[in-house]
Amino acid sequence: MSDLTLTKKAEAPQKAKGEFARFVERFLEDRVAVFGLALISVIVLLAVLAPLIAPQNPYDLGRVDIMDSRQPPGAQALDGFTMWLGSDGVGRDLWSGILYGLRISLMVGLVSGLIAACLGLVIGLVAAYFGGRIENVIMRIVDLQLSLPSVLVALILVALLGKGVDKIILALVVVQWAYYARTVRGSALVERRKEYVEAARSLGLSHTRTMLRHILPNCLAPVIVIATVQTAHAISLEATLSFLGVGLPQTEPSLGVLISNGFQYMLSGKYWISFFPGVALLLTIVGINLVGDRLRDVLNPRLEK
Amino acid sequence: MLAFIIRRVAQALFVVLAMVVIVFFGTYVVGDPVWMMVPGDATQEQVEQVRREFGFDKPVYLQFMLFVADVLQGEFGRSYVHGGSAIGLILDRMPATLELAFVALVMAIVIGMPLGLFAGLKPDHPAARAIMAGSILGFSLPTFWVGLMLIMFFSVMLGWLPATGRGPTTTILGIETSLLTLQGWKHIALPALNLALLKISLVIRLARSGTREASLQDYVKFARAKGLSPRRIVGVHILKNIMIPIVTVLGLEFGSLVAFSIVTETIFAWPGMGKLLLESIQRLDRPLIVAYVMVVVLLFVTINLIVDILYSALDPRVRLAGKNE
Repeated sequence: MSDLTLTKKAEAPQKAKGEFARFVERFLEDRVAVFGLALISVIVLLAVLAPLIAPQNPYDLGRVDIMDSRQPPGAQALDGFTMWLGSDGVGRDLWSGILYGLRISLMVGLVSGLIAACLGLVIGLVAAYFGGRIENVIMRIVDLQLSLPSVLVALILVALLGKGVDKIILALVVVQWAYYARTVRGSALVERRKEYVEAARSLGLSHTRTMLRHILPNCLAPVIVIATVQTAHAISLEATLSFLGVGLPQTEPSLGVLISNGFQYMLSGKYWISFFPGVALLLTIVGINLVGDRLRDVLNPRLEK
Repeated sequence: MLAFIIRRVAQALFVVLAMVVIVFFGTYVVGDPVWMMVPGDATQEQVEQVRREFGFDKPVYLQFMLFVADVLQGEFGRSYVHGGSAIGLILDRMPATLELAFVALVMAIVIGMPLGLFAGLKPDHPAARAIMAGSILGFSLPTFWVGLMLIMFFSVMLGWLPATGRGPTTTILGIETSLLTLQGWKHIALPALNLALLKISLVIRLARSGTREASLQDYVKFARAKGLSPRRIVGVHILKNIMIPIVTVLGLEFGSLVAFSIVTETIFAWPGMGKLLLESIQRLDRPLIVAYVMVVVLLFVTINLIVDILYSALDPRVRLAGKNE
């Protein structure tokens, strides 16, 4: 008897590990996705290490020289280092600016995504679990939210709230939570009817515990897919708002702000000020989307052979 | 059928009402609009006078009721900056935006359909892979940055197409349009392509998956067995069947094209209502912002309503599904 329980206990984590290993294996089968993952890893690493690897601290006004402004890629800065990507309108090294800009862009995207995910998860779970009028009201609001294009909602919100990191995060949360809520509700509706939920309830577990410990873990696969897509979307949206001049202020130069600064020099042929931050933004989004695409394939049980 | 239509119209009205409430309290919570209208050195009396003139001294519920009454009459107050009627200013700019969105929509179909069809018919062809990679890129590219690159490439480096403005317009049947002159087409080409980019990727994906699904259907096998030419099978049998969902999706996407034109119009200085909205946001011209939001919400609700009703007319299952809920 005790032997049996022992082997069972030993088997359980092994099986879980096996599943995870199989997931990793399947993910790595696709070379494009691996490339995407590598791309994101490098970008995140660059952003995290920005203060160490950037040749210049773009916030440090003592080190930025106006004489360096609008230099083409490869020019020599007065400080002696080479500005491989050129410099912007006030003489900041563009490569350093991009590294620091990545930090802000990624931070805004991740923080807003995380808050939106938590909010959406709880709301979606509550809707599916309790059903009835609560579900009706919640899903109406979700439908209303999703029927309006996110760029419009975010733009109006930021217009009303004003500039600032906290405000743009709030706006991004508002446009994202509904996607999570809808996704979680969809899978939670299926899970709710299964026996293990009934078992948990008959054991006398509270609603909260049943929802968070029993139903939620089984709804996470589609959420992970949504999360990748939404993070890419949030980063792109923040850049768009900042470009339009209603997003982050000049003191928080995200990639969008950098691109926006370069716009005025565009028509005189000084392309690099807008071009390179845009490439960085593009690579970030492409990387996330490639990984998200593969996750969707791997995590979708219908596609499993 | 009638019951379904009545229920959907009621739902649509509810959405509009909800938006009126949100917009009113949204603007109300944000701050006292009086301070945006008076000069910085205004005296207390002047401030009070402006407050009375615009009715800001009344209690909230009364202001709200007046606001609703105005909205019902299609009146959103006067623009703080331009002085004219806010809704009038928006409607003046609307044709330019609709023209841009429409051309973008047509572009999405004309460019996206053949590419998607090809990718669906020959999924392993290198060109098909390139098309699909391109469509991922199309989803990932931030619209505003593509706009900048289009200007840089076609206007600054090659000098082929103008980067800003709408060019000369001709008036036909009371509508100003730039589609009747070559110069007008040159002006609309870049902004429309910029706006269409996301939708081209969407159409490619829809057309590809639709084609792949349709090629396995019995009617295609049957047509092939009958000895019809591949061109006829693709052009008539497959194309017809994948067109319906694509046109539906694009119909729904028209609203989002109008919304995204805010970005495109700003970059290309296209004189539409999106550019007007952004200017209003920067100048805190509240009546214009409110008028724009209400116009766009109305546009959205109407499009959704029409699509829903058409759907239920074509497919009775939609009606029944609603009843069971």
